[in-house]
Amino acid sequence: MTEPVNTQILSGWGRFPRQECHVYRPEKRLSVGRILGDTSQPDYIARGLGRSYGDPALNEGGGVISFQRLDRILEFDEETGIVCCEAGVTFPDLLETFLPRGFFIPVMPGTKFITIGGAIANDVHGKNHHTDGSFGHALISFEMLLASGEIAACSREENADLFWATVGGIGLTGIVLTARFRLQRVESAYIVVDYQKTKDLDGVLSAINEDDEKYQYSVAWIDCLARGKKLGRAVLMRGNHASANSLPSSHADPFAMKDKFKPTVPFDLPRVLINPLSMGAFNKLFYALSSGKEGKLVDCDSYFFPLDAIQDWNRGYGKRGFVQYQVTVPLTERQGLVELLESVSNSGRASFLAVLKKFGPGNDGLLSHPFEGYTLTMDFAVNDTLPEFLRGLDAITLNHGGRLYLAKDAVMTPETFNAMYPRRGEFLAIKNRVDPENRLSSSLARRVGLAPSRPNS
Amino acid sequence: MTPPPHSVVILGATSAIARAIATRYAKQGHALIIAARDADEAGYIAADLRIRHAVEATALAWDAEDFDSHAAFVEACVNALGDNLGGVVLCSGYMDDQEHPQSDPQSARRTFDVNLTGPVSTLNLFANHFEERGAGFIAAISSVAGDRGRQSNYIYGAAKAGLSAYLEGLRNRLYHAAVHVVTIKPGFVDTKMTWGEVPFAASPGDAARAILNAIEKKKNVVYVPWFWRYIMLIIRHIPEWQFKRMRM
Repeated sequence: MTEPVNTQILSGWGRFPRQECHVYRPEKRLSVGRILGDTSQPDYIARGLGRSYGDPALNEGGGVISFQRLDRILEFDEETGIVCCEAGVTFPDLLETFLPRGFFIPVMPGTKFITIGGAIANDVHGKNHHTDGSFGHALISFEMLLASGEIAACSREENADLFWATVGGIGLTGIVLTARFRLQRVESAYIVVDYQKTKDLDGVLSAINEDDEKYQYSVAWIDCLARGKKLGRAVLMRGNHASANSLPSSHADPFAMKDKFKPTVPFDLPRVLINPLSMGAFNKLFYALSSGKEGKLVDCDSYFFPLDAIQDWNRGYGKRGFVQYQVTVPLTERQGLVELLESVSNSGRASFLAVLKKFGPGNDGLLSHPFEGYTLTMDFAVNDTLPEFLRGLDAITLNHGGRLYLAKDAVMTPETFNAMYPRRGEFLAIKNRVDPENRLSSSLARRVGLAPSRPNS
Repeated sequence: MTPPPHSVVILGATSAIARAIATRYAKQGHALIIAARDADEAGYIAADLRIRHAVEATALAWDAEDFDSHAAFVEACVNALGDNLGGVVLCSGYMDDQEHPQSDPQSARRTFDVNLTGPVSTLNLFANHFEERGAGFIAAISSVAGDRGRQSNYIYGAAKAGLSAYLEGLRNRLYHAAVHVVTIKPGFVDTKMTWGEVPFAASPGDAARAILNAIEKKKNVVYVPWFWRYIMLIIRHIPEWQFKRMRM
């Protein structure tokens, strides 16, 4: 029996690019193998909730396997906090199920609307990278369907090379069916946050380097339109999980969170609203309104996902979408941050959101993004001159030994990719071994040269 | 102390609608038997319900086409749940491309066995049990396709029409034993059957809510979503001389 397919125009969260893909949505685990073995599509990529920004979960003219219906939680050990589940299980599923029992997700990216499959494929990181590493750190093992139809069990001990090719391997080694990982134990759904305003880039970097290790979570919001002496001025937001006995008596249930009103962006904002003036006002306002308050009790949704509070915030960048540009440079390359920020503030291309964080050491993931250094993230609305502008930023990044994050990228060239990911060769050797015919491919893979372009296209 | 909520058996439990129904019952604290031909899948679903909702959920193998196994299966359900067995929701269904059952006798037979004869064989046994006890409910997913035969899926439609007629008679019979029978007729629900076929479809979660509501309120025949009642009312009233010329 053939699996039903639905041809759709898909995009990532940045809504750029948009491409026609042939989407499968299996409801049984064995269906995934039937789909992958069906040669009516040139190749396939798995997709979760589509929150990567550019094209890693797109496959123009090919097959996309949506994991939305393969989301069963299979095992949970209350003693160890170890969960085994299918790759389509989402972070909101995990929070809903396990937070009331005192367990929290080990690594929280800036949105919670992601799947376990996506967390592995992008080796996602969060505000606790400097203390807990990326998702790969909490990952114990997974079972993956290979292009041959075999199922491979992968862990640090078994098929270790395939394990580390898959952690951050953007779905190109096989299709993760189930994964086992460790949750962290917490006493409440709240974070005690210290806010600290800094005058300039040196201010924020020295604060980070001085006492980041006092906090499990740390992130700085940067006013990316500030220039000159104010360049890099920021609001640091750092915190730890609140212990149960530190909560005021109004929080009888330490895991209860109030249901909040969720505003939405119901239509694409007209592009005219995305201009240096409005963005400048937003950035100024945010800086001005932030106080240096210490020890503020914030529920975990508000601390980890401020933007999830506005549904469909990606529509705020207008119809053409946006690119999120995340770059990490080594700790010694402070000058790289200065040049990037100067380049942005001089261009007048504002970003609602610019965040800075110091990463701890990376892991053995061959294409995993994080490494010890500073990571800077900015959004830019797509327009005709954006690609050229980004090439300029790429050059600064390369010059300072930095690299871009594939989960965010939509425009990187193969040359840039090769220069930024030195373990690319090792990755391709493993991919060629387990998937010699490139049955797993994606628009991103073909764009950056991780899979060959198709013969007839 | 209030007694624990009754338990429910879900037959054909691996479809998206079935899983949504099981999830709603689990959220209300009902214990469940997750019965399906694919025992592995039934096991995944039962584990998920146990972990997410802290209810008892047991996977059992049930194959609509394996008639000889039905008596033992129903006995196993009754033994496991006893008087706590509150009701059965039948969700099994099989729709091949229309061309297959038209030309392939095996496919035609399978369409009837999974949609009609297998369910009749199994539901009869549950009906006898409930009738004897004077309590319980039977809900079964038929289809709007059974309301009128159309060239695009009339073999599937014929099986579902048979199921609808069976449920009508069963309702009549069991009414006198205080056992309620609900016929559910889904229109387009966002499942494997409609994926890529229709531009709009109700979510399985919304369908499940309507189905549990119909069971609770003891409705007889319910369309899901509700407006399909009116769509089918119109379709049923097209005169045959006109209908036979149409392409639908």
